[in-house]
This record gives sequence, structure tokens and C-alpha cells, in this order.
Amino acid sequence: MNNIFVYCEIEDGVIANVSFELLTKGRSLADELGCKLEAVIIGSQLNGIENQIYPYGVDVVHIADDPRLAPYTTLPHTSILVKLFEAEKPQIALMGASPIGRDLGPRVSSALFSGLTADCTSLEIGNHEDKKAGKTYENLLYQIRPAFGGNIIATIINPDCRPQMATVREGVMKSEIRSETYKGKLKKIDVAKMVSDTDFVIEIIERHVEKRKVNLGAAPIIVSGGYGVGSKDNFKLLYELADVLGGEVAASRAAVDAGYAEHERQVGQTGVTVRPKLYIACGISGQIQHRAGMEDSAQIIAINTDENAPINSIADYVVNGDVMDVIPKMIKYYKANSK
Amino acid sequence: MRTFKIIVLAKQVPDTRNVGKDAMKADGTVNRAALPAIFNPEDLNALEQALRVKDNFPGSSVTVLTMGPGRAADIIREGMFRGADDGILLTDRAFAGSDTLATSYAISRAIAKFGDFDLIICGRQAIDGDTAQVGPQVAEKLNLPQVTYVEEVKDLDQKNITVKRRLDNGVEIVKSPVPVVLTVTSSAPACRARNAMLIMKYKHAKTVTERQVANEDYLSLYNDRPYLNINEWTVNEVDTVAEQLGLSGSPTKVKKIENVILQAKAAKKLAANDADMNLLMKELIDSHTIG
Repeated sequence: MNNIFVYCEIEDGVIANVSFELLTKGRSLADELGCKLEAVIIGSQLNGIENQIYPYGVDVVHIADDPRLAPYTTLPHTSILVKLFEAEKPQIALMGASPIGRDLGPRVSSALFSGLTADCTSLEIGNHEDKKAGKTYENLLYQIRPAFGGNIIATIINPDCRPQMATVREGVMKSEIRSETYKGKLKKIDVAKMVSDTDFVIEIIERHVEKRKVNLGAAPIIVSGGYGVGSKDNFKLLYELADVLGGEVAASRAAVDAGYAEHERQVGQTGVTVRPKLYIACGISGQIQHRAGMEDSAQIIAINTDENAPINSIADYVVNGDVMDVIPKMIKYYKANSK
Repeated sequence: MRTFKIIVLAKQVPDTRNVGKDAMKADGTVNRAALPAIFNPEDLNALEQALRVKDNFPGSSVTVLTMGPGRAADIIREGMFRGADDGILLTDRAFAGSDTLATSYAISRAIAKFGDFDLIICGRQAIDGDTAQVGPQVAEKLNLPQVTYVEEVKDLDQKNITVKRRLDNGVEIVKSPVPVVLTVTSSAPACRARNAMLIMKYKHAKTVTERQVANEDYLSLYNDRPYLNINEWTVNEVDTVAEQLGLSGSPTKVKKIENVILQAKAAKKLAANDADMNLLMKELIDSHTIG
């Protein structure tokens, strides 16, 4: 009772990165609250999958294993989570801000009448005093996220409703093994008791999953372009620089919206979060949603014509100039100085 | 041939993508008045999907439903200029302060009042919050299936709809019975432009509140042309439980809002000339950051 639950997603038979990150965060929150960390895995042919997550400090794993539960569809996964949460009464429930978590989370929160905060960038434990009601709440989950186009940072709480639900994007939290020998308990969910035939009205006719072409999370150097790059054609220069330096190309939301780069290259609150050794921000003004996705980079170079661009305030190097002018020089002097 | 009744859920949002210089006040806080109010972009993608169904099944109807302040009637007119048949503005102080759950509840009650429908289509998420919660929560409240991240309606018949979903790493073709709630993603086709004939037809379309301040000479117009009446529903028109509305119906509370004020860190300032670029690349190579 009153434990922390993490809904784990499965990709090709293995637990998704975002779920490991949430388990890591869930473990540290559970330590702070003095409660247990429990995980839920729903799918098909899950024999032994619990062993992938025990090392993250998982005390109990609930597994619903049934051929009808994979690939993911909304209704059966919702029914299982809702009934499980009604029985187990978690105080906190976390899931990935992925297409699955963002499909499932709101549905579950609506059924349980519990609050859900999407795309949190930080989760903390804290107290809250409701002066009007004269009530003090202890150990609430602070769900912290940028809002209003990233111009404000909001701390959201759910004082009265449980579980306190939050989604977090992949890459935002760190993934860390607690102990290779950590062992939890396995609890099998009786699927037949949790779902009904009407949960299976949606039929997946065809499924075409592509391997990710770009892996920004693993790139040591990222050359990232914003709206200021000016065109899809100008982006070619960024690819050239990335190629020379051995990095990947990323983009801001504005550049993706303008069609300069593919969606999967988007860095920021609604894209990927990255922590490379070097982040070169080209023609990016640096609204907070973007900074939220890259500010932990070890070194940041900002190339831009606007001396007051917000990105400059977090940069290690600010190059005042036109991207089209600066990048060829960088390539030239990289080649000149490297042996 | 069968016809379909479609409700498009739309939201008027501040245009957070075009935050200009005057959008931030001197103290670093947001100047909300300086942000233009627009039709939420993915809701326009949703409207286009609805209009395509109407194109394919003549006699079908598209109703734009929005919850918001009086000025949100603007996006209903915007929808009519592009091909929607009519609209409903759900507006009342009782709805103020709603989080996504209280919003979904109010909208689901308005849909219950609307009556029979075949499809509810909305954008995946709104750009002011990016939560992507209202679509699935409306579906849950109405006890309907949902299909999120929809890019295209592939097939529609008496009983079923087949759609293409666009996910992070691929696509899914999904078949669902109707009625169903669909949320449409930004990779779906853009919404058609306004139509000049429709602008002429609907430019005087108004809610009852807007009519009260209109020139009296025009008032007879609304009796002669009933399509110019935009439905305006307050809490009195919709069957709701008061505790589930507004702040009291919102499990999430905002504890704290911090404005983002940047603290400059000491950056090395460089010019775009050869000497500085040479220096930069040397430093990065020497520190083993690159190379």
C-alpha cells in the first residue's frame, strides 16, 4: 500500500530506456519516502523479464502476461492499471511521456479521478500548506515542468487525489543500477479477471516499426540548428560540420516546424533531452523548452547574430555572426589544427 | 450513402511559437496580452480530417466545440470559414481554473447534450500546455475507445473506421468501431485555407453575447439566417455536477509559478573572423572536446 509504481514499457522484448530512468527516479523517491518501489509490466511472452529491472531496486514486479496484451492497445492496459491501482493504492505512479504513456496516462487518471502532470522535467518530495483550508500536506510529489511556451516553470501538486501521476520524457532522468544482486518479488496478475471482451474492440491491422535512424542520446557532439539557420538547404552545412567532427545533427522545435529537419532530431522539452560533450547551437535563440533539452551539455557554443539571445546566457562560447559564415571557418580551422 | 456527425474539439491558445520581443516584460515575466490568440495548430489538422470525411460523405456535418472565454468564438468562425457547419462555445466562470480533467469533464457533458455523433476528432495536444490529455480523458468520460497520434483516416464505413497512427519509430494501421475519439498529430495534412464564399456567408456569425453588442439593424439577420447563430452554452445549459467543475474538479493544483529569468554565465565572446575561429578550434582540440 502507498508505494511508488512505475509502468514499464517494452520495446522488442526489452524494457524501454525511459522505464529504466523512471525506475531509477522511483527508487530514490521511495528511499526518501521510506516506501517500496513496484513495477508493472503488461505484454506477452514476458518470462524472466523481471530480471531486467530488479537491479534498479524494484521490490515488487506485477506482470500481466497474455497474447492479447501485445502490441499495446489502450483499453486492456487501462483496465489492468486501473484495477491494480484501485487494489494497491499507490501514492505515486510514473510512466514515460512516450506515445504509449501519453495515450495510457490520461485515460487511467480520468478513470481514477487522479491528477496527471505531463512531461515533468523534475520530480521532488515536499510539503504544502493550504492556508485557506488550514491544512498541511506532507511528502507530496512536486511535479515540475515548463509551461506557457516555456516562459514559466510550474510546480504542480495533487494534494487530495491518489495516485499522484506524472509522465517524464526519455533522457530527462538518469538511469542507474542500484545493485546487481537486488531481488524483488514477482506477482502475476490474473489477466482474465482484469479485462473484458469489450477491451479488445480496437484491432491493429498492420504495424511497421522502424529502428531509430538517429540516436541523439548517444552522440558525443551535437550540431543543432534553429529557425535562424534559414532553410533546409542551409542545414546541409550543419551536416557537414557534424560529419567532420564526428557528431549528429539536431534541431530546435521551430526548425522542425519549419520543415528544416525531421521530427526525430528535435531537442527540447517536447523532443529529446541530450547531454553531449559539445553542443553547437546554430541560429537558435534558446527558449527554455529548448534549453531544457540541452543545458546539461558539458560545453556549449552559441552561434548567432543576436547578442541578447537567451542561449548566450548558458553558453561557454558565444560567436557573434552568421551561421553560414561561421561554420565553414570552423571546418577550415578544425582541419588545420587537427592532425 | 451513410452520413456522419463529427464534433471537432478545438482550443484557442496563445501563440507561444511566435514569442516576439514585446512578449516579455522588463521584469522578465510574460506579457500575455502581447501574444496573439490562435486556433491550436493540431486542432486545425483535426478539422481537416473532419472536413475530408464530409467531402467523402456529402451530407455529413462538422461542429466545432470549444471551451473558453467569449473571445474563443473567433476560432469557431475560423472553423466555419474553412468548412465547419456550426459551432458551440462552452463558456462560464464556473469552468475557470479547470485542469485537464475538469476540462474533459465539462466537454464530455457538453457532448452528451449535443446528442448523437459518430466521430470526435481533436488535436493531439495544445501548444500552451503540450499535455495531450484532454482527448483521451474525454474518451474515458464518454466510455468510448480512443485512437491517438492519428495521421490519416484510411477508411470509414457504417460500423468501423481505419486510421494510420504516426508514432516515434513507425506507423500503425488501426481499426476501431465508431463512435470513437481520434487525436490528430501535426504530421497530418495541413488544414485547407479559408474559403472566400464561406467567409462571406459566416462573417456575421455570432454568439448570443456578441449579438447583444451588435448593431440593432442586424438583429433581424439572425432570425432570417439561423446558421449565423453560434451556440453559446453556459453551465446552466449543460448537465453537470458542480464539484467536478473548475478548481474544485481539478485534482492538480499549481503550487508555484516561477518566471524564467536568465542569469548570464561568463561566456567567451568571439567574432566570426579567422583569428577567433582558429582560436576556438585550437582550444576545443586541446581540451579533447573534439578531435
